[in-house]
Amino acid sequence: MSYELLGITVLWIFLYGYLIVASIDFGAGFFSYYSEITGNKQLIQPMIERYLSPVWEVTNVFLIFFMVGLIGFFPDTAYYYGTSLLIPGSIAVILLAIRGSYYAFSTYGTKNNRFYLFLYGASGWLIPAALSTVLIISEGGFIKVINGEVQFQYMALFTSPYAWTVVGLALISVLYISSMFLTYYAYKAKDHKAFEIVRKYALAWSLPTIVASLLVFFSIRNHNVEHFERMVDLSWMFVISFLCFLVAVYFVWKRVKLGWAFVFVMFQFAFAFFGYGASHLPYILYPYINIHEHFTNETMAIALVTVFILGLLLLVPSLYLLMRLFLFDIKYVQGNKNS
Amino acid sequence: MLSVYDPVIFSRLLTSLTLAFHIIFATIGVGVPVMIALAEWIGIKRNDPHYLLLARRWARGFTITVAVGVVTGTAIGLQLSLLWPKFMQVAGQSIALPLFMETFAFFFEAIFLGIYLYTWDRFKNRMTHFYLLIPVVIGSSASAFFITIVNAFMNAPQGFDVDALTGKIINVQPLVAMFNPATPTKVAHVLISAYLTSAFVLAGIAAISLLRGRKHVYYKKALKLTMVSALIFSIGTAIIGDLSGKYLAEYQPEKLAAAEWHFETTDQAPLVIGGILTENNEIKYGLKIPLALSILAHGSPNAEVIGINDLPKDEIPPLWIHYMFDLMAIIGVTLMLIALTYVVGQRLGKWNVHNKGLLRLIVLGGPLAMLAIEFGWIFAEVGRQPWILRGYMKTTDAATTSGHVDTMLLVFTILYIILAFTCVKVIRKMFKNYPAEEEIASRGGNV
Ligand code: HDD
Ligand code: HEM
Ligand code: HEM
Repeated sequence: MSYELLGITVLWIFLYGYLIVASIDFGAGFFSYYSEITGNKQLIQPMIERYLSPVWEVTNVFLIFFMVGLIGFFPDTAYYYGTSLLIPGSIAVILLAIRGSYYAFSTYGTKNNRFYLFLYGASGWLIPAALSTVLIISEGGFIKVINGEVQFQYMALFTSPYAWTVVGLALISVLYISSMFLTYYAYKAKDHKAFEIVRKYALAWSLPTIVASLLVFFSIRNHNVEHFERMVDLSWMFVISFLCFLVAVYFVWKRVKLGWAFVFVMFQFAFAFFGYGASHLPYILYPYINIHEHFTNETMAIALVTVFILGLLLLVPSLYLLMRLFLFDIKYVQGNKNS
Repeated sequence: MLSVYDPVIFSRLLTSLTLAFHIIFATIGVGVPVMIALAEWIGIKRNDPHYLLLARRWARGFTITVAVGVVTGTAIGLQLSLLWPKFMQVAGQSIALPLFMETFAFFFEAIFLGIYLYTWDRFKNRMTHFYLLIPVVIGSSASAFFITIVNAFMNAPQGFDVDALTGKIINVQPLVAMFNPATPTKVAHVLISAYLTSAFVLAGIAAISLLRGRKHVYYKKALKLTMVSALIFSIGTAIIGDLSGKYLAEYQPEKLAAAEWHFETTDQAPLVIGGILTENNEIKYGLKIPLALSILAHGSPNAEVIGINDLPKDEIPPLWIHYMFDLMAIIGVTLMLIALTYVVGQRLGKWNVHNKGLLRLIVLGGPLAMLAIEFGWIFAEVGRQPWILRGYMKTTDAATTSGHVDTMLLVFTILYIILAFTCVKVIRKMFKNYPAEEEIASRGGNV
C-alpha cells in the first residue's frame, strides 16, 4: 500500500470511529433532553449519564486526531478548506464548545438545570450536520479559485439539494445510531423500563435512516456524476450495508441478540462509509486536491506513520481498559458501582 | 472614522483572543494534575484523609476547567487552519509531527482522566487509583510539551529548506525541526510556570476559606502543600526565565532588545524596569539596574548586548512589549517572595502564617500568576512580529483572505464571555453547596 493510501485510510478509520462514538454521544444528549420534556427523565437519564460521563472527552479527541492528521498528511487541505470553511467551521466550533462545556456544567456541576440540558442536547444534535459541510464541499462545485484566491460559493451551498440531503442524513442517523446503542446498553443494564423506551426510539428512526441514505445516494448523481459512477462500481458495499441494517433492525424488533444488533449497525455504517470514501478517491477535494499530488513529503509521511504505530501501542491497551471498566463491567453498567 | 476591513488584523485579534482564553484553562490543565497527584500520594503515604479529600475535591473542580480547556483547544485547533491557511500549509510540511504527537497525548490523558474520576472507591489497594493519575499527569504535560515545540519552531525555524525556484519546502528533517534552539527553554519555562500558577491558584482557594473564618486543619494542610510547591516552582521559573533571556540574546536579539529598550550595542548593559519612551527614544523615569542586562543576556557583566539600532529596522517588534516583560518578571519575583515568606514563617513556627495580611497576598497570587502567563505569552508572540515563522514568513502573508473574520471575532467574544461566566458560576456553586467540613463529616474520616 502506498503511503498516501495508508494515510488516508488511517484518517478515514478515525473519522469512522468519530462517527460512531460521537453519534452515540450526541444522540444520547438529545434523548436525555427529550426524556426531560416527555417526563421519562427518571427512567433513562441515569443510564445515559453512566455511559457518557467517562467517555465524552475521548470522543472529542477522535475529531482532533482527524483534523491534525489531515493537515499532516495532506498539508494543502489546510489552505483550501481553511480559506473556504471560515463560517461553517466556526459554527461547528461554537456548537462543539457549547456542547462540551454545558455537558460538563450540567453533569458535574449544576445538576438538573433544564436550560443547560437543552443547550447541550440541541447543540450536540446539530454538530454532525455542521461537520458534514466538509464532506459536502469535498464533492466539488462549492469552491472557485479566482486569480489564485480560493472563494467559497455560499449560495451554491444553500441551494444545493445534495447538501440538504446530507444534512438530513446527519441529523437522522445520529438518533438512529445512538438509540440502537442505548437499546443494547439498557438491555445489559437490565433496565427494562428504559429498554422499552429506547427500543421504540431505535425502531422509529430506522426507516428514516434508510430513506435519507437513499436520498443522498441518488442526489450525488446530479451533483457529481463521476463520483456516482464510482459508487455504482462499488455497489456491493452498499448492498451489504443494507443487509446489515435489516439484520440489526430484525434483532431489535425480536428483542434478541442486542449486542450483535449494534455490531451490525456498526457494519452497516462501516460499509456505507468506506464505500463512500473509496469511491471518493483519489480526490480529497474535487477537483483541486487529490491524494497523489498533494501528499506531504516522504520524510514527514514516514515520521507520521511511525508515530501513529507507536501511538496505537499506547492507545489500544488504554481504550481496552476504559471499555473494560465502564462498558463491559456488568456491575458498573447496572449502576451498582459508583464514584 | 473610516475603517477598511482587513482580514489580517481581525485574524490576529481572533487568534489572540482564543489563545489568551485557552491558555488559562490549559495552564490549569497542565498544573493541577501534578498538584492532585502530590496530594493523593501524600494522603496515601501518611494515611491522612485530609490530603485524599483535597485530591478528590481538586479533581472535582478540575473536571469543569478541563471541559472548557478541551472545547477552547478544539477551537484553536480549527482556527489555526481557518485563520492562517498559508501558515498551516507550511506547518503541515515541516512541523506536523509534534502536532500529531499531541493528539496522542490528549487521547492518553482523556482516557485515564475518565477512568480516574470514576474509580475512586473501586480498588482495594489505594495506590492502584493513584497510578491511574500518572498517565493524566504525563499526558497533560506532554501535550503542553508538544504544542510548545510548535511555538518554538515558529520562533526558531529549522529542519527544512526552501527550494529557491519553486518556493516548495524540501529536505524536511522532522526531528531537527522539533528540537530547535528555542525548544529547551521555551518548553521548560512554559511547563514550570504552569505548575507555579496552578499551585498559587489552589493556594488562593485555601486562603480564601481561611480568611472567611474556616479554621479546619484541612485548609491549613492545603495551604502548606501548595505554598511549598509554589516556592520550588517559582525558583525554577525564575532560573529558566533567565535561561530564556540567554536564548533570546543568541537567537532572537531583536525580541530582547525591544523588550529591554536597548538601543545602542554596548557591553556592561543596564536593565531598565518600567519608564516611558520619549519621541527621541530616550528613556524617562525608568529604574536602571547596572550591568543586569548583560548578565541576563550572557551571564557576564562585561558581555556585549546587541541594540535595536544595529538590527534591521523593519524586523523590530513593537516596543511596548517592554511592559509585558517587566510585568511578568515583577510578578515572578513577587510570587517567590510571598511563597518564601510563608515557608520561612512556617518553618520558624514563632509567627502565625495564617494572618490576614499574608493570606490576602496569597489570594492575590493566583490571579497575578495567571496574569504573568498572559503577559509572558503576549511578550513572546508580539515580540516575534512581524514574523509568523521567523525569517521565512511574515504574519501578513499568512492570514486568510476570507471575509467575515470581524463577525467571527464578535461571535467568539460573546461565546467566551458566556463560557467564562458560567464556568465560574458552576465551580463556585459546586463548592459552596458542599463545603469541605461537611464532606469530611459525611465521610466519617474515610476518604
Ligand atoms: C507564571 C508565569 C511566569 C513568570 C512568573 C515568569 N514567566 Fe517568563 N514567560 C512565561 C511565564 C512566566 C510564559 C507564559 O510561560 C512564557 C511566554 C512564552 C514562553 O515561552 O513562556 C514566558 C516567556 C519568557 C521569555 C521569552 C521567551 C521567548 O520568547 O522565547 C523570557 C525571556 C522570560 N519569560 C523570562 C522570565 C524571567 C526572567 C522571569 C523572572 C522571574 C519570568 N520570565 C517569570
Ligand atoms: C504554544 C502555542 C502557540 C502557537 C502555536 C501560537 C500561534 C500563533 C499564531 C499562528 C499567531 C498569529 C500570527 C502572528 O500574529 O504572529 C499568533 C499570534 C498571537 N498569539 Fe500565539 N500561539 C501560541 C500561544 C499563544 C498563547 C498561549 C497566547 C496567550 C496569550 C498567545 C498570544 C498571541 C498574541 C497576542 C498574538 C498576536 C500577535 C500580534 O499579532 O501582534 N499565543 N500565535
Ligand atoms: C502553550 C500553550 C498551550 C498549552 C499549554 C496547551 C495545553 C492544553 C491542554 C492541557 C489541553 C487539554 C485540557 C485537558 O484535557 O486538560 C488542551 C486542549 C487542547 N489544546 Fe491546547 N494548549 C496550548 C496551546 C494550544 C494551541 C496553540 C493549540 C492549537 C494547535 C492547542 C490545541 C488544543 C486542542 C485541539 C485541545 C483539545 C484537545 C482535546 O480534545 O482533548 N493548544 N491544551
